[in-house]
Amino acid sequence: MILKINNLHSTVDGKTILKGLNIEVKAGEVHAIMGPNGSGKSTLANIIAGKEDYEVTQGTIELNGENISELSPEERAHAGVFLSFQYPVEIPGVSVTNFIKTSINENRKARGLEDMPAKDMLQKIREKSELLEIDRKFLSRSLNEGFSGGEKKRNEIFQMAMLEPKLAILDETDSGLDIDALRIVANGVNKLKSKDNAVIVITHYQRLLDYIVPDFVHVLYDGKIVKSGVASLALEIEAKGYDWIKQELENLV
Amino acid sequence: MKYTEDDLKEELKTKQYEYGFYSDFESETFAKGLNEDVVRAISKKKNEPEWMTNWRLEAYRGWTKMKEPEWANVKYQKPNFQEIAYYSAPKKNPKLNSIDEVDPDMLATFEKLGISLAEQKRLANVAVDIVMDSVSVATTFKKTLAEKGIIFMPISEAIQEYPELIKKYMGSVVPTTDNFYAALNSAVFSDGSFCYIPKGVKCPMELSTYFRINEGGTGQFERTLVIADKGSYVSYLEGCTAPQRDENQLHAAVVELIALDDAEIKYSTVQNWFPGDANGKGGVFNFVTKRGLCETNAKISWTQVETGSAITWKYPSCILKGNNSVGEFYSIAVTNHFQQADTGTKMIHLGKNTKSTIISKGISAGKSQNSYRGLVQINSRAENARNFSQCDSLLMGNECGAHTFPYIEVKNNTAQIEHEATTSKIGEDQLFYCNQRGINNEKAIALIVNGFSKEVLNKLPMEFAVEAQKLLEISLEGSVG
Repeated sequence: MILKINNLHSTVDGKTILKGLNIEVKAGEVHAIMGPNGSGKSTLANIIAGKEDYEVTQGTIELNGENISELSPEERAHAGVFLSFQYPVEIPGVSVTNFIKTSINENRKARGLEDMPAKDMLQKIREKSELLEIDRKFLSRSLNEGFSGGEKKRNEIFQMAMLEPKLAILDETDSGLDIDALRIVANGVNKLKSKDNAVIVITHYQRLLDYIVPDFVHVLYDGKIVKSGVASLALEIEAKGYDWIKQELENLV
Repeated sequence: MKYTEDDLKEELKTKQYEYGFYSDFESETFAKGLNEDVVRAISKKKNEPEWMTNWRLEAYRGWTKMKEPEWANVKYQKPNFQEIAYYSAPKKNPKLNSIDEVDPDMLATFEKLGISLAEQKRLANVAVDIVMDSVSVATTFKKTLAEKGIIFMPISEAIQEYPELIKKYMGSVVPTTDNFYAALNSAVFSDGSFCYIPKGVKCPMELSTYFRINEGGTGQFERTLVIADKGSYVSYLEGCTAPQRDENQLHAAVVELIALDDAEIKYSTVQNWFPGDANGKGGVFNFVTKRGLCETNAKISWTQVETGSAITWKYPSCILKGNNSVGEFYSIAVTNHFQQADTGTKMIHLGKNTKSTIISKGISAGKSQNSYRGLVQINSRAENARNFSQCDSLLMGNECGAHTFPYIEVKNNTAQIEHEATTSKIGEDQLFYCNQRGINNEKAIALIVNGFSKEVLNKLPMEFAVEAQKLLEISLEGSVG
C-alpha cells in the first residue's frame, strides 16, 4: 500500500474543508480525483504534501505504512511524496537545472547519500528532458519565470521524472495546457508509471483521463469521497455533470 | 644564484617592514580627542614630509567647519569625535599557539565559508609555521608585480617613496573638503593601500589586500589610492568574506581611483564588519567615500557585497570626465537584525558618449532598513550619454524595510536614461514549493537569495564569488523562522 488516508478531517483558517476522507492507493495504481469547485481537491493535495496552513484535526495519512501526518513538507518529499503544483511559483535567477540539482541532492542527503556526480546528473537531465520534449535552452531559464502555462506544467513533470517519487499527485496538471502539451505531459506520466509507484490525478475534466487512464475514479464532494468507480465514471461525469451525484446523496439522506 | 625556499624564509624573518609591519609604533596610543596638534603628531609619527602635514591640517581645518550629514536614511547615536583616539598603533590580536585556541564560533564560520586551514590560521592570528603556503604565494606575487613595474604598497610608504604621484593624485578625486567623513579621513588617515599600474600594463593577477599582511591595524581611517595609467588594467579586491571584528566603532575610509585614457579599473569589495548582535547592540559604523575618475575611453567598475556593519553609508561613484568613458556599479547589500544600510552610487556624466550601468540588489531581513540612494547626473556637454539603472529589493519577513531614492538630473536632451525597480518578498509559497521538492527553509532561502543576486555575483572574480555566495547564506541564517 503506497497511500492510506483514514478518516481525514482538516481545517484552514478555521474553516472545515475535509470531513472524514478515506482513500487507499496501491503500488502500480493510478487514481483520479474529480469533483466540483470548492470540494476540497487542492486541499487534499496540499495536506498530503504537508502545507502548514492546513490543520489536520482528525485522521491519519500513511505512506508505505508509516504515518506521515507529523512530518515537515521536506521530510515527506524525502519519503517520496511529489506534488505537481497547480500554480508553480517563480524563482528568479535560479535555473531549472540548478533547482532540480539542488532538489535531487537535498533528497539524497536526507537518505545519507553523497551528491549525485555531475556526469550522472547531466546524463539524467538529458534523458528526462528528451522524454518530455524539453528544449536544452529551457533548462537554463529561471525557474517558471515568464513560462507559459504549458511550460510550467511540463517543468513540473520533468521534476517528477527526475525525482522518481513513490507517490505523485498531479494537481490540475491539465489546466492551461493545449492539446499537444497535454499529450506530451500525459505521455511523460505514463512512461514514469511503474509497479512500484502510484499516481493521483486531480482534475476537473475527463480530458486528461483520455491520456492517463485511471484504475479508479473518485468523486470528492463537500470534503468526502462520495462515489468511487472505474474509468467509466469519469466519462459519466463528463456527460452528465455532478448534479446527479449530489441528487443521489440527497436521496440517501 | 638560485633563490631557494630557505632564502625566502630568511627574507621574511628579516624584512618584515616590506610587508608593512609597524613594529616601531607598537605600544603607543594617543590620548582621545582631535585638534591641530594631534594631526601634526600623527603626521610626525609617520615621519611625513611637511607638504603632507599641511595637507592633513588643511583637511582638519575644513572639517571643523563641516557638519555631520543627516540626509541618509539611517538612525544612530552620533559619535563624539573628541572621545576617539586618533592614533593608535596597529592593533595586535593576541597570538595564539594553535588553531584549537580559536573561538569555535569563528571556526564554524570559516568552515562554512570554505576557507582553507592556512588561511583560517592567518585570519585568527594563529602563529603559523614558517613553511606556509601564503608566504611563498606572497613572495612570488611581489616578484611578478615588480617585473611589470607595478607599485603596490602601504600608502604611508608611498608618501615617502613616490611623493610626486601622491601629491598629484591624492585628493584629486575626493577633495579634502568633499564631505564630513572624507575631511576627517584626510586629516587623520592611518594607512591604506597605494597602487600604480604603469602605461599599457595589464596587471596579471587580482591585487588583493590579502597579500598585504599588515591589514589588521589600518581599518579605522583607511586611505586607498589606485592609479591606472594610460591603457592599463587592474582588478583590485578589497576586504574579506571572513567576519571582521573591531573595537573601533567608527570607520571612515576614502578610496580614490584614477583611470587615465583607455585604462580600466575593476574594484571589488566584500565588506563583512561586525554588524552588531541580534539585538542591535554594538557593530561598526561604516562611513566610506569611494570615487573614481575616468579619462577618455576609460572604464571603472565597482562591485560590492555588503553584509556587515551596523550602519553603512557608502556610495562608490564614477566621474565620467573623458569622452566614451564607462562607469559601472554592481551592488548587493544585505541587512539583517537591526542593521541599516544607505548605499548606492553617483554617476556623473561629463564627457560625450559616456555610459553608466547601475545594478543594485538590496536584501532586507529581520528589523533592518536597506536603502538604495543613487544619482545619475548628465551635464550639459555630455552628448549622447546613456544610463541604465536597475534597483531590486528583496524582503524577508514583515518587520524590515527597503527604500529606493533615485535622483536623476539631466541637462542634455540627447541623454538616454532607463530606470527599473522591483520589490519582492520571499513568499511562503516559494518556500513551500522548495520544501515540497525536499529543500529545507535554510537552503531554500540561500537558493532564492543567490538567484536574486546572481547578476552581481557574476561580476565578482571567481574565487571571491563562491565565498560571497556562502557569505550571503550565512548573513541571512535564522532570518526566517
